[in-house]
Amino acid sequence: MSSVTADHVPAIQGHEDHHHKPHGWRRWLFATNHKDIGTMYLIFSFCMLLEGGVLALLLRTELFSPGLQFFRPELFNQFTTMHGLIMIFGAIMPAFVGFANWMIPLQIGASDMAFARMNNFSFWLLPIGAILFTVSFFMPGGANAAGWTMYAPLSLQMGPGMDFNIFAVHILGASSIMGAINIIVTVLNMRAPGMTLMKMPMFCWTWLITAYLLLAIMPVLAAAVTMLLTDRHFGTAFFNAAAGGDPVLYQHVFWFFGHPEVYVMILPAFGIISQVVPAFARKRLFGYASMVYATAAIAILSFLVWAHHMFATGMPITGQLYFMYATMLISIPTGVKVFNWVATMWRGSLTFETPMLFAVGFIFVFVIGGFTGLIVAVAPIDIQVHDTYYVIAHFHYVMVAGSLFGMYAGAYYWLPKWTGRMYDEKLGKLHFWSSMISFNITFFPMHFLGLAGMPRRYADYAAQFTDFNVIATIGAFWFGISQLIFLYLAVRAWTGHGEPAAAKSWEGAEGLEWTVPSPAPFHTFVTPPVVK
Amino acid sequence: MKKLRGVLGTGALLMAGAAMAQVEDMPGGPRVNQLNLHEGVTQIAQDVAWLHWMIMIICLVIFVGVFGVMFYSIAMHRKSRGAVPAKFHEHVGIEIAWTVIPFIIIIAMALPATKLMVAMKDTSNADLTVKVTGYQWKWGYEYVDGPAQGVQFLSNLATPRAQIEGTEPRSNTYLMEVDKPLVVPVDKKVRIVLTSTDVIHSWMVPEFGVKQDAMPGFLRDTWFRAEKVGTYRGQCAELCGKDHAFMPIVVNVVSQADYEKWSAEQQKVLASAADDPNKKYTSQELVTRGQQVYTANCVACHQANGKGLPGTFPALDANEKFVLAPMKDQILTVLNGHPGTAMAAFRDQLNDVEIASVVTYTRNAWSNAGKGPDPVVQPADVKALR
Repeated sequence: MSSVTADHVPAIQGHEDHHHKPHGWRRWLFATNHKDIGTMYLIFSFCMLLEGGVLALLLRTELFSPGLQFFRPELFNQFTTMHGLIMIFGAIMPAFVGFANWMIPLQIGASDMAFARMNNFSFWLLPIGAILFTVSFFMPGGANAAGWTMYAPLSLQMGPGMDFNIFAVHILGASSIMGAINIIVTVLNMRAPGMTLMKMPMFCWTWLITAYLLLAIMPVLAAAVTMLLTDRHFGTAFFNAAAGGDPVLYQHVFWFFGHPEVYVMILPAFGIISQVVPAFARKRLFGYASMVYATAAIAILSFLVWAHHMFATGMPITGQLYFMYATMLISIPTGVKVFNWVATMWRGSLTFETPMLFAVGFIFVFVIGGFTGLIVAVAPIDIQVHDTYYVIAHFHYVMVAGSLFGMYAGAYYWLPKWTGRMYDEKLGKLHFWSSMISFNITFFPMHFLGLAGMPRRYADYAAQFTDFNVIATIGAFWFGISQLIFLYLAVRAWTGHGEPAAAKSWEGAEGLEWTVPSPAPFHTFVTPPVVK
Repeated sequence: MKKLRGVLGTGALLMAGAAMAQVEDMPGGPRVNQLNLHEGVTQIAQDVAWLHWMIMIICLVIFVGVFGVMFYSIAMHRKSRGAVPAKFHEHVGIEIAWTVIPFIIIIAMALPATKLMVAMKDTSNADLTVKVTGYQWKWGYEYVDGPAQGVQFLSNLATPRAQIEGTEPRSNTYLMEVDKPLVVPVDKKVRIVLTSTDVIHSWMVPEFGVKQDAMPGFLRDTWFRAEKVGTYRGQCAELCGKDHAFMPIVVNVVSQADYEKWSAEQQKVLASAADDPNKKYTSQELVTRGQQVYTANCVACHQANGKGLPGTFPALDANEKFVLAPMKDQILTVLNGHPGTAMAAFRDQLNDVEIASVVTYTRNAWSNAGKGPDPVVQPADVKALR
């Protein structure tokens, strides 16, 4: 066995010359290079962000004033549903896998991801899923209108758009599982000599833990939607009480996936923030070990709290209390992370380039989302605000201000490494401030709407709710337009405009990725670096 | 057509803008630009509001503390001010402190929350029990005990279509008004037992601090004891399909004497309005009655013009398969529903006279009149197929 491996050594080294690099469309369709695949992931997810964003703006347009102006309620419900599904499975999750593809090999000193062809396959499944999502709008009866949660029995009433939806979730789930396996194997087996686990950059740590979460939960989601499929077409009755099933069973299975899924979408952002804050504070991350333990604690707790999404289903009191206590506990490791970030900034030497602005903005708004999360964890309060706009406000504070702002921090931070060009700092700052202000204009009033009792997923509302809805709609359009600044900056850098970036693009940046030139060459670390 | 609707919509927006100034607080519903939870007319709702204040204040104090430190750092530890980075990067003592202190704070929050949760869940020793059934898209109420025992009715949205379309000015109780509200006595523990016939709905009245899902095929319960006479409003809180936003809840809380008076009236109506399933009705009687039944039960999907919504809800106008065909299949569909679609089984919602009327109505309405076989369906025909 060992002699076979030895025979191949010259061939592997021969790889470094660029003659094998395919050109034209083949470079992308047959891509096995982690950087090319990472780029495709990022472009794909930004396209889906725009599609999901347009759906959100259609919702906000209808909700600009009471009454039904533009869309029939059944179409409105399709928009809410597909907005959620596309943002989660099309935008946020693939974007983080894109970051992982680009950065994990560069950060641990590996030459590529462990399974290059599987990497290609897991990317190319995504456009298929996205097409299934999108064409479902044109099916008889339209797209899935049962909410992204697809609760039975409402989802059993949907037309063929629901089946497209189920297949899309299967496909995207398979893609996520393959991506997760790839990341776990890469991180565990391909670290450069001397790069022990506890020396790894935080982004790799958070992704390692996220990948385990994905492995555990995506099959559960697949099971839930498969049961929907067989209930719909093959005469089973998992969720039909008349035949001995139970609609609440669906919710338990779904949220056993759904709650860890929330952390799948936020832990990699924690990792990015843990890289960006030390870089611009010019000071080591405070409490590295406790950050690792806190991430692991969040991941483990995330499996034990799922039914806090179901306080209104009528669980027994013991269930209500257990899930309330367990959920409140999550705020402790999350708090530890925030305290560590602040302690990292404390007595640093701070500068505020765009990545740092997004990181500080992330901490600020994410903590608001964290606190409202603690408030909805308290079961008696949740009974009042469950399924109202309060919940919408809460999870957009953690998903938009959390995941999305985290991604922007990472994108501006590593854009020079990816493209070899610096972005325009002035426009970057404009993007941050414009997003930050309009985000709060959009989502802060939703707290008030929810507390006053406006239910979510409503195409129409009582006239007393009008003013805050008007404000939210104005904010939403402003927020949407602001994202085009990022598109402009990213395209400019990618097409080779702007100041050339140095290998170490930021004064305080640390890590192996800054030891290779900018843009990172097609092949890096063919000979592993040695980490002291 | 689409364009025209867009133009009309824009016009409606302007009208809404002009009308906005006139919107007033809704009695028993949301206030204009309400910022916080309802004060509540039950002890539970008041306790929830108190608990929310308490936790929010604790969160705000922590928020100000943490971000005070962060913004101080942002202001003072800038490179532009010549700040030199310190070397420290860990401290076990402080890590333990900021793990243990939040834990203690959380216990302090959990104690009152536990007490309140236990109280919310205690549905024992109720003075009155009402069974609430969720339908797509209306609520049904049935008094299980007390003076109104046996009284049951459906509660439909009362807001006219024209207000929703924006062709008529909106009332102050827009979307939160019903034709027949639930009536309960003040200061009595009312137990609400919930179920649903189709999908999951959720019965929410913020002033009572009540929200409970209605599960098809299962019973769930909750309770409230309203301390003030008045009208209290809520809406369905669990996505239940297209008219999710159009199935509000209105509860009239009245004095014990008024409640007893209302119960007696309802019992009288119940006795006199009993339909006679053995009588033979004239075509005109059935069509008139059928139109009412159609408006209350069928119009949301099949539409007033009988054309349905293509791709989602089938047309009844010129429907060769059921309506312009022998009556048997149509009656069976109304009785048993159509599995896998939104077509509900109406066997327990409507009596023989109502089903016979509505079937007769569809066979004589729109372009169907005088076309198919069996233009008139009698209650006896329905009874035979039950």
